[in-house]
Amino acid sequence: MAEITLIEGVTMALARAMEEDESVVVLGEDVGVNGGVFRATAGLHQRFGDDRVIDTPLAEVMIAGTTVGMAAQGMKPVAEAQFCGFTMPMIDHIMCHAGRLRNRTRGRLSCPMVLRFPSGGGIHAPEHHSESPEALYAHMPGIRVVIPSSPSRAYGLMLAAIRDPDPVIFMEPKRIYRWQKEEVVDDGEELPLDVCYTLRDGNDVTLVTWGAMIKETMQAADELEAQGVSVEVIDVATISPLDMETIIESVERTGRCVIVQEAPRHCSVASEIAAGLADAGVWHLHAPVKRVCGYDVVMPLYRNEMKYMPSVKRIVHAVQQVLEVS
Amino acid sequence: MAQTVAAFKVDYFQFLKPDGKLVEDQQIPALARDHDRLVELYKLMVLTRTFDKKAVALQRTGKLGTYASCLGHEAAHVAIGAAMREEDCFAPMYREYGAQFCRGVKMSEVLMYWGGDERGNNFSGPAHDFSWCVPIATQCLHAAGAALAYKLRKEERVAVSVVGDGGSSKGDFLEAINAGSAWKLPLVLVIVNNQWAISVPRSKQNTAATLAQKGIAGGLPSIQVDGNDLIACLWAMEKAVNAARSGKGSFVIEMMTYRLSDHTTADDARRYRPSDEVDDAWDKEPVKRLKAYLIDQGAWDEEREAELLEECSRWVQQAADEYVEQVENHPEGVTAMFDYMFAELPHDLAEQREYAQRFPEDGGHH
Ligand SMILES: Cc1ncc(C[n+]2csc(CCOP(=O)(O)OP(=O)(O)O)c2C)c(N)n1
Repeated sequence: MAEITLIEGVTMALARAMEEDESVVVLGEDVGVNGGVFRATAGLHQRFGDDRVIDTPLAEVMIAGTTVGMAAQGMKPVAEAQFCGFTMPMIDHIMCHAGRLRNRTRGRLSCPMVLRFPSGGGIHAPEHHSESPEALYAHMPGIRVVIPSSPSRAYGLMLAAIRDPDPVIFMEPKRIYRWQKEEVVDDGEELPLDVCYTLRDGNDVTLVTWGAMIKETMQAADELEAQGVSVEVIDVATISPLDMETIIESVERTGRCVIVQEAPRHCSVASEIAAGLADAGVWHLHAPVKRVCGYDVVMPLYRNEMKYMPSVKRIVHAVQQVLEVS
Repeated sequence: MAQTVAAFKVDYFQFLKPDGKLVEDQQIPALARDHDRLVELYKLMVLTRTFDKKAVALQRTGKLGTYASCLGHEAAHVAIGAAMREEDCFAPMYREYGAQFCRGVKMSEVLMYWGGDERGNNFSGPAHDFSWCVPIATQCLHAAGAALAYKLRKEERVAVSVVGDGGSSKGDFLEAINAGSAWKLPLVLVIVNNQWAISVPRSKQNTAATLAQKGIAGGLPSIQVDGNDLIACLWAMEKAVNAARSGKGSFVIEMMTYRLSDHTTADDARRYRPSDEVDDAWDKEPVKRLKAYLIDQGAWDEEREAELLEECSRWVQQAADEYVEQVENHPEGVTAMFDYMFAELPHDLAEQREYAQRFPEDGGHH
């Protein structure tokens, strides 16, 4: 059994999916010979050749549009965008076509594609390389948005995303690409989409998060446990459609909830979860739901980006606030 | 029998050969004899190269973030900047420092930008110039918009944008050509063709014989020049800028050069690029070539060269010191990220700003 990182989980899933299904192709800028700027497709070109691992011209609209076209005609394209910021021109095709094709054709055509890209900040990258645009994608009907937060979930969820008959946006938290190593068996077993994963059981407060913020959230949970607070941590994993049931069930028990995300707060996934709780769980809440988020500003260049990011201290503070209300 | 309804050709211009001699069978532009001007531009090319080397060294020692080198592009970039007037508008990509130095941008400001400090974006030089543009080719349309503004206001100003060979695959570039053509805009689009878009070579971007012909498809006069020949680059730029200024519409210039460095400091070109290709490109590089020409013309010598190199190192070191002093001893505070979002800080952001000051410690550790 191999100990692998999150990004290696992605690579392993891509290789497995390509091996078992000829219609799976990988395409994007520099994904071939170079193996991707983060090396997510390393080795695939050598193994599967030019027709399965395609270096595209530098044109995101083209990548997105042709991916929709291929998918509609029975291929299973997995397209890479180099960074989250460069998916903005792709939104036209994702929103206007990928997400609507099945519905628009009354099921005659579908769009079983995956668009995967590194997202989030924290690696000292230049501007337009560090955004967390999950809310943008989650706002689009017909699109699944998946964010893994561990090597095994990267592997299992990527396999599920590729095999899924509908379009999936697969956002990879690049800050934790190489943070942890985990033993992952390359057995082709997928993990279920559309469900949250409970990473830690607790009774006093529920922390809800996803992607790279798992790191700070778990650290905050450790600190709080040391102070005698019993913390439940939920990794949302599939951002859209959202598994509110698991979150509500947890908050019904703990009565308190803090949602942690790197993205700006306004009209965000955290806001959606808070609204879902207000809708369903309000009678069980002992305190207002708190959101700990990035600020509603442009992601700063790297000297200030860490000040933008939610810190363990901010998370702990928010939890203390909700614990104060009795 | 089909009738030919349209036919095209793309001309290529080179005046200065790799060995520093003028080509013999062509009319050489007068500026080739303007030794004083060429010496000034040569100095700027050397300064740009010295700066570039320093920036890479700063990155390697952890004092700079990812940096995009301009090694090998000095002639193209300096020519672009030198052909423009202050009131013109420059919409660069992310490595045209030579052009920006012509326009008054300071070396320390470029370092600040790549050093992760927003203040670098508020650079010296014309305030109407655009900042570095990371999303590929989008700057071409901003230049087209600037040109449209000048045309509507009847101002004799030109907008110049630069795109890479990779970037010429993007719709934005083609759309800018189309806008320039449809509206006859005072717009000059320069393709700095350095043969590689990270690991993807020119030959994999498309199979057209030239990239310049994309301009022709849109109805624009388009030429190719040797991008390592300062004289050819400047001559072409001046022609295009002057014509655009006098209402003749938009132009496309493809400058053929080579990326002598890695794509950025985050890249390792050895993974995908044959070393003999790079060695070959070093034989054609622009600085050596102009130097040989100037020496041959009696306008330059090794003594002045040595002085220049020393001066350049001194200036560049000064800029690096200024940069380090600024970012380390006078860092931008946490509030800065809020202060420039809107003309007036909205209530909600004011609250977030206040909260950020209470929690100034870093999150999101790498
Ligand atoms: C829209 C967009 N997609 C991808 C990138 C990532 N990227 C940065 S530079 C680059 C290659 C650019 O090549 P080219 O246009 O030839 O210019 P060069 O850097 O070689 O001068 C890529 C793919 C980006 N910055 N913007």
